[in-house]
Amino acid sequence: MRYAMAVDTKKCVGCSDCVVACQTENNVPNGYCRDWIVEVVAGSYPNVEIELRSERCNHCDNSPCVRCCPTGASHIVEGGVVLVTHNECIGCGACIQSCPYDARYSHPEGYVDKCTFCHHRLEKGQQPACVEVCPTNCLYFGDLDDPNSDVSKALRNRKWKVLAPEAGTKPQIYFLT
Amino acid sequence: MKEELFVSGRDIPFIDPYLNIWHWQIPLYLFLGGLAAGIMFFAGLFLIMGKEKEMETTVKWATFLVPVALVLGLFALFLDLKHQLYFWRLYTTVRLESPMSWGAWTLMFITPLSFVWVATYMKEAIPGWHWRFSILEKAEALAIKYRKVMAWLMMMLAIVLGVYTGILLSAFNARPLWNTSILGPLFLVSGLSTGLAAIMWMSKSHYERKVLSKIDIILIGVELFLIVHLFMGFLAATEVQIEAAQLFLGGQFTTTFWVFVVILGLIFPALLEILELVGYKIPIWIPALMILFGGLVFRFVMVEAGQITRFLY
Repeated sequence: MRYAMAVDTKKCVGCSDCVVACQTENNVPNGYCRDWIVEVVAGSYPNVEIELRSERCNHCDNSPCVRCCPTGASHIVEGGVVLVTHNECIGCGACIQSCPYDARYSHPEGYVDKCTFCHHRLEKGQQPACVEVCPTNCLYFGDLDDPNSDVSKALRNRKWKVLAPEAGTKPQIYFLT
Repeated sequence: MKEELFVSGRDIPFIDPYLNIWHWQIPLYLFLGGLAAGIMFFAGLFLIMGKEKEMETTVKWATFLVPVALVLGLFALFLDLKHQLYFWRLYTTVRLESPMSWGAWTLMFITPLSFVWVATYMKEAIPGWHWRFSILEKAEALAIKYRKVMAWLMMMLAIVLGVYTGILLSAFNARPLWNTSILGPLFLVSGLSTGLAAIMWMSKSHYERKVLSKIDIILIGVELFLIVHLFMGFLAATEVQIEAAQLFLGGQFTTTFWVFVVILGLIFPALLEILELVGYKIPIWIPALMILFGGLVFRFVMVEAGQITRFLY
């Protein structure tokens, strides 16, 4: 099993519903977020192109945050989901330094926090909160090993890219272009 | 022309607008670790070479700085942790892939070793000193008997510690400025050089200072060579590393780095040491202080600048 997400940049309108849903679902402290919207404006008027991306932890296959963690608090569970065990984290910041996507932050309570793909919801067979609420249905989530999952189908039918592939982390958030 | 403008909806403390999660504690710790590694390496080396008499400050007196430096460094490291109550988790596991785990375990061995080393010289340092319990006297006798073994251990652990201060940073490929294998040797050599500077400052023997400053001049030469290679490597690498190098070649760290680290921290003190060797009278504290200050600034600049460099927006 390999969980992954595809973000349709052509359908995303940048409404930030995914951000708010995540903050609510996961009790993210004020001023922090586990997912966020990036707006890229390319070209100059009148030939302007906009790309909107809902970004989050890439749950990388070759995750540097797990490698550099001195206590093993950062770890990978079934399905390739990268998680942090709060009471094993010493808050040294190594994983924050190691993430090319800056997807991790230091929680005000001291431990490091990040997107979990809503692991608690996956266990119940539900989709991550951000996927569930997206009003344009631009987020596809599922198992890459299952050819009939939403994400597999989306990746089969569309052109896609990942962010900073040159960082060598083998990210698992795909952007449909 | 195609312009690209990124607007990120993220504004997390210490992450945005640029990463700033490591503050003064880390570079200070890297400096103290390097300094301690330098002093320990040469103490071990000259003891093994049988120069305990001629190089008294190196083998005996300067090592009294090591436990102090290591304890202060560890305290700085502890202050940097955000989940401090769980720091002991470092010692419930060994993570071979994590440089920080390596460092934590190295410090676990090298810090007590430095205390034992110093303890074996307490009687010589303070006349009339005696250990309160007879078991300590026996332990001291044992330690003195195995001093050479300790010296070998100390030398090896000092190299691990010195290299580790650099590898700690170079293991992060997300920060292009740090992501170069030269950082390990560079921090080691810089640490050895600051260690020598501290010993020279303390030494009163003309012979000892001469030997040490000869080594130091070579080390500074190697350090300059490595710095040139660092930038050659960056400029021949990927875009993010070229951008990282630009921070030092016209960017915001140019003056701090080239003036305070390279010129005042390496070239100038090396010239003073050469002048001293050819017979001019130069107060030793001037080059020593410059090397120590340069080493400290070097670590601050590297930690600060490295966090600014990144792959995305």
